[in-house]
Amino acid sequence: MSTSRTIRVEALTRVEGEGALNVRLSGDQIEAVELNIYEPPRFFEAFLRGRPLEDAPDITARICGICPVAYQMSSVHALERALGVEITPEIRQLRRLLYCGEWIESHALHMHLLHAPDFLGFASGIEMGQHFPEELKRGLKLKKIGNQLLEILGGRSVHPINVCVGGFYRPPKRDALLDLLPSLEWGIAAAADATRWVSEFDFPEFEADYDFVSLTHPDEYPFNEGDMLSSRTGVFPVAEYEKTIQEYQVPHSTALQAEKVATKSSCHFGPLARVNLNREKLQPIAKKLADECHFPTLCQNPFRAIVARGIELTHAFEEAAALVKAYRPVKSVRQSYELRAGEGAAATEAPRGTLFHRYHVDDEGKIVSALISAPTSQNQRQIEVDLESFLPGYLSLDNATIAHHCERLIRSYDPCISCATHFLRLTIERNDVS
Amino acid sequence: MSNKLRLGVFKFASCDGCQLSLLNAEDELLALAEKLEIAHFLEASSIIGAGPFDVSLVEGSISTEADLQRIKDVRRLSKTLITIGACATSGGIQALRNGASYEEFVRAVYPSPEFIHSLETATPISQHVPVDFELRGCPVNTKQLVQILVDHLHGRRIRVPNHSVCRDCKLSGTVCVTVARGLPCLGPVTQAGCGAICPEFTRGCYGCYGPAHQSNPSSLMAWLSGHQHPVEQLVPLLQNFNAAAPAFSNAAKELQEGARR
Ligand code: SF4
Repeated sequence: MSTSRTIRVEALTRVEGEGALNVRLSGDQIEAVELNIYEPPRFFEAFLRGRPLEDAPDITARICGICPVAYQMSSVHALERALGVEITPEIRQLRRLLYCGEWIESHALHMHLLHAPDFLGFASGIEMGQHFPEELKRGLKLKKIGNQLLEILGGRSVHPINVCVGGFYRPPKRDALLDLLPSLEWGIAAAADATRWVSEFDFPEFEADYDFVSLTHPDEYPFNEGDMLSSRTGVFPVAEYEKTIQEYQVPHSTALQAEKVATKSSCHFGPLARVNLNREKLQPIAKKLADECHFPTLCQNPFRAIVARGIELTHAFEEAAALVKAYRPVKSVRQSYELRAGEGAAATEAPRGTLFHRYHVDDEGKIVSALISAPTSQNQRQIEVDLESFLPGYLSLDNATIAHHCERLIRSYDPCISCATHFLRLTIERNDVS
Repeated sequence: MSNKLRLGVFKFASCDGCQLSLLNAEDELLALAEKLEIAHFLEASSIIGAGPFDVSLVEGSISTEADLQRIKDVRRLSKTLITIGACATSGGIQALRNGASYEEFVRAVYPSPEFIHSLETATPISQHVPVDFELRGCPVNTKQLVQILVDHLHGRRIRVPNHSVCRDCKLSGTVCVTVARGLPCLGPVTQAGCGAICPEFTRGCYGCYGPAHQSNPSSLMAWLSGHQHPVEQLVPLLQNFNAAAPAFSNAAKELQEGARR
């Protein structure tokens, strides 16, 4: 006798963007796990062609409202390489400061409104707030400070307007930054408290032998510069990114997936990878915090990414406060450049992982071609691989519970489906043969 | 519980930035949640309410067959439907594919174009269903978004100023970037709402809030192109996040035709 059943969860929630998951089971055998991203494609790479290269930071920002700064940073660095522009130390510091703002906003949002409710059994951050009012208020305040920093440097928090190829249109006002300093200092301690809070959560027992990948830099925690580092194969230059990690298309998704060319295997990008690979470069309080929370030297439990996010949140506040204290306004933070034909690539660390851009430009300053590899498409294969090994432990449970656990695992990656291209709908097909 | 208005937030082709603008109301979020029941907001809550909704916020443009059907369902289930952001009100940046070779676009991004199912155009919500109010911006302004929700809660008519960015610069004493720096700026023809931030940061406005009421982008373009701004620079300026808004797309067309003549 054979029975078959289909489990369907209509939408994956508390992720940025929309997509679906299909799991096909035959008895206890998992036949396929497919993360199905059917967010409408928006063809950014196509309509960048022929446009003035100065448009790239503002246009690519519109790929994702949660991490626009990442798009602006990867695009300007890639284009500056194509044009041979060297930026000044002042510009470099301000870009780090801007990135701190985005990490703070994005990490505080994910920890408090999207991820923590999973561990405490609530449907939303707002519902969680009825039982944990102080924690939620603290989280919202942390998030707000990130937005304020973005506004001072960028004019607004979603799609800032101050970033350009060569630097910034206008240096930020020192007074405005100094006014924010007390909030940033409060944020260091508050972010550390939030991290202690989430580190006490009950984490599902699940580990995987990941190939962690992120930028790495000899002197600092990675944002905009450095080489790529893989926990399995070591360092490789950003210029060889697509030769090392290749994107490919699968029928079930409008997002391209990625895998390591050499090993044909998936990679894990994001806060967990970054903390594992760059822990020594964390700011002092964040580093001490990681020890205090007993964060493992090589943490392989994806659910603990929430703790890694807290550590990075603390780091971003510490670094932002230090940068603000050291900030001395200069007249211009914009390098001029001559147009020339060329080619340039850059990788920077978006809140959810490495974001790679490559551009070809012509001698009139027009974009000839653009290639963009977003962290969520790169993590997509890893999520599927994780689910394949995570699911067997849960198959005896009812469908709704399985679906719930799958969603939790997916959410721990903080996937941004807008970036990958979006509606996550979870379907589990069961063909039980008995 | 029962006397709260039921809020739905829906996403179509977009970047999430306008929805995030609601979550960015950190100071008002909890107070709003006292008055509004978040019945459907995938990005923020796992509760997926079936409707009906008293007020729905719709982000994004229509670019697939499935979305064409879904927006009709959302409209049917919503008493008041408010579109938020340039994607929803004019088609957004993805509307740049309208009029381009769609197939070529797909091929440029995806190695196997046959797996991709989407429409050849990305169009505003109002082209498919009646819309009660359109809030402009790429992204919308959090303060305006909160304001219209509060107005709606109190039964007041929803409205936002529809004058130009240029006027906000004058009000805030920002030096004109066209006069002082010779930069092309869409401020005179773009609707206010952003706080005139670009000129304040010494760059020209690039039109995030779309054409202002009764503005004449064609005449501004004629003036700018007569003052040393090349057409190749002006056309992309109009072809941003509101490229498909008629006043902007007509002005771009006229510029291109003028250049060909
Ligand atoms: S209007 Fe702009 S900010 Fe809003 S969803 Fe569309 S691209 Fe994003």
